[in-house]
Amino acid sequence: MPHHFPPDSVGLVTPQILHFEEPLALDCGRSLAGYELIYETYGTLNADRSNAVLICHALSGDHHAAGYHEGHDPNKPGWWDNCIGPGKPFDTREFFVVCCNNLGGCKGSTGPTSINPETRKPYGPDFPIVTVKDWVHSQARLADRLGIRQWAAVIGGSLGGMQAMQWAITYPERVRHALVIAAAPKLSAQNIAFNEVARQAIISDPDFHHGHYYEFGVVPRRGLMIARMLGHITYLSDEGMRAKFGRELREGKPNFNFDTEFQVESYLRHQGKAFVDRFDANTYLLMTKTLDYFDPAADFDQDLSAAFHRTQAHFLVISFTSDWRFSPARSREITRALVRAGRELSYIEISSEYGHDTFLMPIPLYHQALHNYLERVAQEVNGSVAESHHVGDLATSAAIQVNAHAA
Amino acid sequence: MRPELALISEWIRPGARVLDLGCGDGALLAYLHEHRQVSGYGLEIDSANIVQCIQAGVNVIHADLEAGLEDFGDSSFDYVIMTQTLQAVWHTEPLLDEMLRVGRQGIVTFPNFGFWRFRLQIALHGLMPVGKTLPYQWYDTPNVHLFTIRDFEALCRRKRIDILQRMVLNHAHQPHLGPRLWPNLLGQIALYRLGRA
Repeated sequence: MPHHFPPDSVGLVTPQILHFEEPLALDCGRSLAGYELIYETYGTLNADRSNAVLICHALSGDHHAAGYHEGHDPNKPGWWDNCIGPGKPFDTREFFVVCCNNLGGCKGSTGPTSINPETRKPYGPDFPIVTVKDWVHSQARLADRLGIRQWAAVIGGSLGGMQAMQWAITYPERVRHALVIAAAPKLSAQNIAFNEVARQAIISDPDFHHGHYYEFGVVPRRGLMIARMLGHITYLSDEGMRAKFGRELREGKPNFNFDTEFQVESYLRHQGKAFVDRFDANTYLLMTKTLDYFDPAADFDQDLSAAFHRTQAHFLVISFTSDWRFSPARSREITRALVRAGRELSYIEISSEYGHDTFLMPIPLYHQALHNYLERVAQEVNGSVAESHHVGDLATSAAIQVNAHAA
Repeated sequence: MRPELALISEWIRPGARVLDLGCGDGALLAYLHEHRQVSGYGLEIDSANIVQCIQAGVNVIHADLEAGLEDFGDSSFDYVIMTQTLQAVWHTEPLLDEMLRVGRQGIVTFPNFGFWRFRLQIALHGLMPVGKTLPYQWYDTPNVHLFTIRDFEALCRRKRIDILQRMVLNHAHQPHLGPRLWPNLLGQIALYRLGRA
């Protein structure tokens, strides 16, 4: 059965799994005896292995960043498909793109739903709380196994941007460029407060069973759903919600009850319900803690510019005007510290009404900035090869790619 | 490439650290990087310009100059440059102060409102001047403060800013004898290298 994918798609992709035997010492003091990472790759690693790009996912993301899985909805490609593919900002004709599900995740990498070899039961709440630094160490081992000494770029939005920053700090010589999008140098008290409400919603669900809900054959649906609804409010903006939902009533008139009446209620409930079917509550708890703990300046007497002092990467920092979860002011804390550390950087604030979620959207100026930046990165690592691609080539090479996938 | 950019580059010590305020599409920084191996950043407020800077490989930071330069430490740059920008900002004095706080030296260029053709346009026609260096109508100009060479030098005297070097260009953008003898009348563009007294 031939597949018909858009010409700028990476086409059909198959996730791969790597097992790591060597124990990983974690920030929390515990260690993982062994672990697995599930990942996807798009494009081809060049001869000197210098064109690899790491995409880091955010709170609820996973390794499936682009393309399509066998048998999946043809309308639902990977979460950052609009950015990854031939002719897109992360041009797969230029780069070897890698994206893995992070430790503690629930999409195939070792996490709370995995079997604990010591108890032969799922880890559940006993899975150690991992930090961004732990993730970076685990991703570095993935890079080792793939034969990648240095990433051409490490890129991420939100929690993903924090990983890009941590990579540049922890492995200065292994990152040429760090693209930090819609991120913050650490969470504010308000950010942590939202996370705490989300966690309490899950923990107080009677089906949570102190995190051992797998053994009871239930999931804390209501708690996880409320957590996701709350999250979604912080991903959108006041103006964006007003534009999208206004105060519209589904039935045109108030019913004076607590059913779903306003469109925005319907949207949030839908998002919450859909999330419960695809995400694990223990992973959600863990990831919110990972966010809360992120604070690279803490190792440097709370001096962020000192944290950046050893970095060698060039930085591109991007923020969005209507993002109030990690506002432009938070990105400017990052750029200020980079300037004080004398690092190479560019910073752009993109006008958008879509709030924090903008980092996933194909806003023309945003994608132009990414495209322009990454085009230069491609020239650095691939030399003049990059210039041989003209717009006219796009359709041809994409067609070849699709045929290759279909074959 | 505006000819004044090449002239500015003559003033820049090779390998210097440079901050370009209102860097536009990054043409000056790209030129200085190539010819003077400078490092540093451009500050720019227009997003379309910023993506062009990124394309040119110029370090650019989205910033509003009116808010000052608080992200930058004292004397953290060898030169802070403002080409054709001073006349377009509201906070002229604070920005000059900031420029010479952050930079050891400042370089400023601006269109000279005292240029004879501009004087004629007002004197004879009674109209606000429009010309090569001031291509806008009064109602759509980004220039909020128009001033002459004499105005600027009076401000420098009052603020005790040292004028280290001055170059005045005529209508052909050449530093000819005429503008050297009668800068405020024959000069169309003025270039200054400034220092703290």
